[in-house]
Amino acid sequence: MIEAVGLTKRYGAKTAVDQLSFQVKPGHVTGFLGPNGSGKSTTMRMIVALDRPTSGHVTINGRPFRELPNAQRHVGALLDAKAVHGGRRARAHLLSIAQLSGIPEKRVDEVLAVVGLQDAARQRTKGFSLGMGQRLGIATALLGDPQVLLFDEPVNGLDPEGILWVRNLMRRLASEGRTVLVSSHLMSEMALTADHLIVIGRGRLLADMGTQEFIAHNSAGFARVRAADTDRDGRETLGTALTKAGGRILQEPDGALRVTGLELPQISDLAHRAGVRLWELSPHRASLEEAYMRMTQSSVEYTSTEDPRAELWEPEPLALPAWEDEAEAAPEVPRTGFYAPPPPGAGGQPFLMPSNPGELASASGNPSPNTPEDTR
Amino acid sequence: MAFTAVLQSEWTKIRTVASTSWTLALVFLVTVGFAALFSATFDPNRLDAAQRATFDPTATSLSSMELGQLAMIVFGVLVVSTEYSTGMIRTSLAAVPRREHFLLGKMAVATALALAVGLLTSFASFFLTQALLGDLGIGIGEENVLRAVTGAGLYLALLALFCMGVAAMLRSSVAAISVLVPFFLIVSNLLVGFEATRTVGQYLPSNAGGRIMQVVPHAFDSPETPYGPWGGFGIMVLWTLAAVLGGYAVLRKRDA
Repeated sequence: MIEAVGLTKRYGAKTAVDQLSFQVKPGHVTGFLGPNGSGKSTTMRMIVALDRPTSGHVTINGRPFRELPNAQRHVGALLDAKAVHGGRRARAHLLSIAQLSGIPEKRVDEVLAVVGLQDAARQRTKGFSLGMGQRLGIATALLGDPQVLLFDEPVNGLDPEGILWVRNLMRRLASEGRTVLVSSHLMSEMALTADHLIVIGRGRLLADMGTQEFIAHNSAGFARVRAADTDRDGRETLGTALTKAGGRILQEPDGALRVTGLELPQISDLAHRAGVRLWELSPHRASLEEAYMRMTQSSVEYTSTEDPRAELWEPEPLALPAWEDEAEAAPEVPRTGFYAPPPPGAGGQPFLMPSNPGELASASGNPSPNTPEDTR
Repeated sequence: MAFTAVLQSEWTKIRTVASTSWTLALVFLVTVGFAALFSATFDPNRLDAAQRATFDPTATSLSSMELGQLAMIVFGVLVVSTEYSTGMIRTSLAAVPRREHFLLGKMAVATALALAVGLLTSFASFFLTQALLGDLGIGIGEENVLRAVTGAGLYLALLALFCMGVAAMLRSSVAAISVLVPFFLIVSNLLVGFEATRTVGQYLPSNAGGRIMQVVPHAFDSPETPYGPWGGFGIMVLWTLAAVLGGYAVLRKRDA
């Protein structure tokens, strides 16, 4: 169990972590998510007392890290895969750390085998790839067989096989009743690994909830509807009809329409009344990745600006159908193949609730349970 | 966590990196090698009467410490600063919450090793050069000689510890070495070389600590000191204590 209360870290005028309070409970993999520079690593460093909080405190099993007797038996941490002396061999590195807590030498060979580094045990670590470094760091964390485990970006530099291995390892550790906190900036990875999510942006807590709940709260549903290609005016006719009925429409690259604000039966009825034959009408939910992007977009520290030369590659603009202008202009230009929902209103509760309660109410309604999942 | 566990861990760390063996080997080779060179090429006929009267065969053995100590400075600095330059400090401190244990354990192990190498160096240097000096050579049993030769080993150990303290304050190999090497090689010699600054220079660690290696006062025109051999050594101990406390204060206060 990790408990942070009002954790704050300032570097001069810059606030890296701002009044962060959360609990990480045993038996779950808790994902710690945030864009680069959002304060994840600083928070993890404060948990193991490498950094001193400006204010607030954090405890592990009820005690501050510095007061833990035999700390390695309580907490294992992988904070930085490169935090090893490159001139030392892997096994000697682990042995030196193990000896700090009187962990027997046999355990060193055990953890080397657990992470699959037994053949590299006698290599100097400066020759290690990033993936091997991550494995060595995980081995270090596992040395004391601790109840609380911290992993900062453990899948960085791992190959797909390694990523799968880390994912299963985290789940196994949690199923043994341990407290597992894994940070990542990759939502897709966390969706597969974590049961619980703590999301931060610019050092502030944005969400602290179960992964399923997070998806339900933050992903707006939408419908994809495609008029038959055989009918040349079908798409325009349908678009106009749906807009008039109060739906919001975005064009998808393949010619389908993305509709929010209308239920599926309504769309079907409208199409029927307008005499448009449909080839597709499917319910979708925005993926977790999209929900996460939406949540953190106002709090990312490093955003790219438009490349002024990008227009050189820009495809011919599609001829805009007449109804596109009438539709309330989406505040965001949808990028090809990627859907970004409209940004939340600034301030207030930017993400959990739509800024205007009626706006997404129908859109976020549950799709009927027997409909296919988003297959993208 | 027992302090012995930290000692054991630091011993594993220090013996499993290459820099330990090459810096300590250099201390030995440079000191003994140059001492042998000085005494083998020594020509007693070129001494004038005054120099002949104050000729100190022990100092001939130990004067090469001046060069050998540079490798010891590098050893002392690297023991501490590689923790920072490699990031190992974060792994270490995430496993040892008590930072004073970590630093003291590291310093104790490295100083003990430096003392062993220092004594080995000074005794090897002494016996080799006395044999090479032939008739001018003296035995270890002569008055104050044992103190000087043992003192040379103690000096090297204390020097290493002083450098560890400075490195813990500066947290960087480059910064610590580029402060310490000129300080010991140039600044202390310069200050003691001029009449005006001598009173200050005599209290610098290397000059005060080096006094313990002198058997014959005024040998090779060395100036009068206001302290005796152990007094000078005590001054160096104070310097070292200050450096260690400074290093500890930095480690305790700053984020790793």
